Amino acid sequence: MEKYLTGLLGWVDERFPLTANWKAHLSEYYAPKNFNFWYYFGSLAMLVLVLQIVTGIFLTMHYKPDAELAFASVEYIMRDVSWGWLIRYMHSTGSSMFFVVVYLHMLRGMLYGSYRNPRELLWLFGVGIFLCLMGEAFFGYLLPWGQMSYWGAQVIINLFTSIPFIGPDISLWVRGDYTVSDATLNRFFAFHVAALPLVLLGLVAAHIVALHEVGSNNPDGIEIKKNKDPVTHIPLDGIPFHPYYTVKDIVGVAVFLIVFSAILFFAPEMGGYFLEANNFIPADSLKTPPHIAPVWYFTPYYSILRAVPPILNSQFPGVAAMGLSVMVFALLPWLDRSPVKSIRYRGNQYKVWLALFVISFLVLGYLGTEPTNIWGQFSGSWAEHLDIKERATWAARLFTLVYFLFFALMPWYSKIDKTKPVPERVTG
Amino acid sequence: MANQQVDQGKRRFLIAATTAAGGAAAAAVAVPLVMSMMPSERAKAAGAPVEQDISKIEPGAMITVEWRGNPVWIINRTQEMNGMLTKLDDKLSDPLLEVTAQQPDYCKNATRSIKPNLMVMVGICTHLGCSPSPKLQAGNDMGADWPGGFYCPCHGSKFDLAGRVFKGSPAPINLVVPPHKYLSDTLLLIGQDDKGVA
Repeated sequence: MEKYLTGLLGWVDERFPLTANWKAHLSEYYAPKNFNFWYYFGSLAMLVLVLQIVTGIFLTMHYKPDAELAFASVEYIMRDVSWGWLIRYMHSTGSSMFFVVVYLHMLRGMLYGSYRNPRELLWLFGVGIFLCLMGEAFFGYLLPWGQMSYWGAQVIINLFTSIPFIGPDISLWVRGDYTVSDATLNRFFAFHVAALPLVLLGLVAAHIVALHEVGSNNPDGIEIKKNKDPVTHIPLDGIPFHPYYTVKDIVGVAVFLIVFSAILFFAPEMGGYFLEANNFIPADSLKTPPHIAPVWYFTPYYSILRAVPPILNSQFPGVAAMGLSVMVFALLPWLDRSPVKSIRYRGNQYKVWLALFVISFLVLGYLGTEPTNIWGQFSGSWAEHLDIKERATWAARLFTLVYFLFFALMPWYSKIDKTKPVPERVTG
Repeated sequence: MANQQVDQGKRRFLIAATTAAGGAAAAAVAVPLVMSMMPSERAKAAGAPVEQDISKIEPGAMITVEWRGNPVWIINRTQEMNGMLTKLDDKLSDPLLEVTAQQPDYCKNATRSIKPNLMVMVGICTHLGCSPSPKLQAGNDMGADWPGGFYCPCHGSKFDLAGRVFKGSPAPINLVVPPHKYLSDTLLLIGQDDKGVA
């Protein structure tokens, strides 16, 4: 039997580099031996991507991208399609878990300086994947055609309107109508199920090719390729990805699936954070729900949008700040001037700034889910002090400032920060 | 033939010309794809003017009419409501209605309306397009000194009963008054005035 299989493999290898690719990307791809907990999230992101694509395909078999039918078709999936509720909840839970995993994956990059030379392009492909994912989430959220779907899309498309001069035409072009309508729903479906997934898969492939070209970073931020065995030319601190990290990642997958199933079966709406209550009401173009907020993974940026006051009768500054808060991650490789990569050898300045950034991100995220008067009002006559009335708005402004200062001051504090000596070999 | 020198200049020219021609063709093909996303002829035709009977709106009450997929509010303001409008100037961003695109000329007056009591406006916030919630009565949950108006739940913009935006709101301009005219004492036409269809 084995003889025939080996023969078959040889036949294939003469026509397609199967064994060569297996070696290059798995059995002879040498990853640093000191990966820790933070290194689970890349493979988990890949798992969720597959989950989203598979469940998405089965959802499209029953979903109708038509303003008259969409809401009812989602309820049909939930109530009448065999196991439809499970597939739909896997998809909706999957989208939130995608962002959980990707945010942790990005934080890992920031902790260990994984975006630094020579991994700038790898990081940029990652930022591209992140943007794509945000697009997928946004387009997908319109499809159930509930109140939150409708008004969320209305607000986000109107963001483009504030772009000077060409804004109104751009939002008209995106909607395909004068309001969010059937035309908008239909094209968002096309973007969600065809256009963006193709771009996403391309970017993921590029991300992995770039990773395997430069090699993985590690918690020490040391290049393992600098210390190779003189005979075999294998990095001394490297171990083959397969079987060592495939096995490690399977443990991560098992733990992840336990958490995922717990959410899926016991709290698929997550108290309104994963699926918002207002989205169980069909879209009504004449009535905005009393409190609207995006899904949790967009709320930090939404808070930034709300925090910036209009300048010269234009809301564009807020929109620009929100756009910048997402795009600024792409600049990290060039903002960081530290002589070391990993937080293990950085000084207190970077640690404090990163902690402040994470706190700002979380607080902004929380504030974005709540109305602006959540923390009460400053006393005083309302009209005179209107723009300082809400305490939460001022908190959001403060944390927005910290969020941007983390990036804006990085070239300075990362350079003057007192660093520790980096060891020659990884420390395990 | 074999001895002939390769003319590098000619080769570069041909490569550039082929690339330019191919690029132009690709751009030309992209035009219909991009244009197909603009509103269709059917969507353009759907914006016809809307008639509304206004005789049944109680004083102090408001109705909502759909015009071009957007809510249009018709409010029958009481004497007290109209009286309040004149006391707010110092709290408003644009009390003099200087942004001309926000209302037709015949509504550029103290009440922003044709008939002083009947207010007609598009119920879409000029910030990011949510529909503000009516808080018509003075006081209520908006605070003791609230003069009556509208509150946008999305980003907290506040408007008075003539749709004028209060200072400090994220909305940059007042709510839009659509073109409209009265066909009779009780019949309102939204989306068309004496100058023609909007």
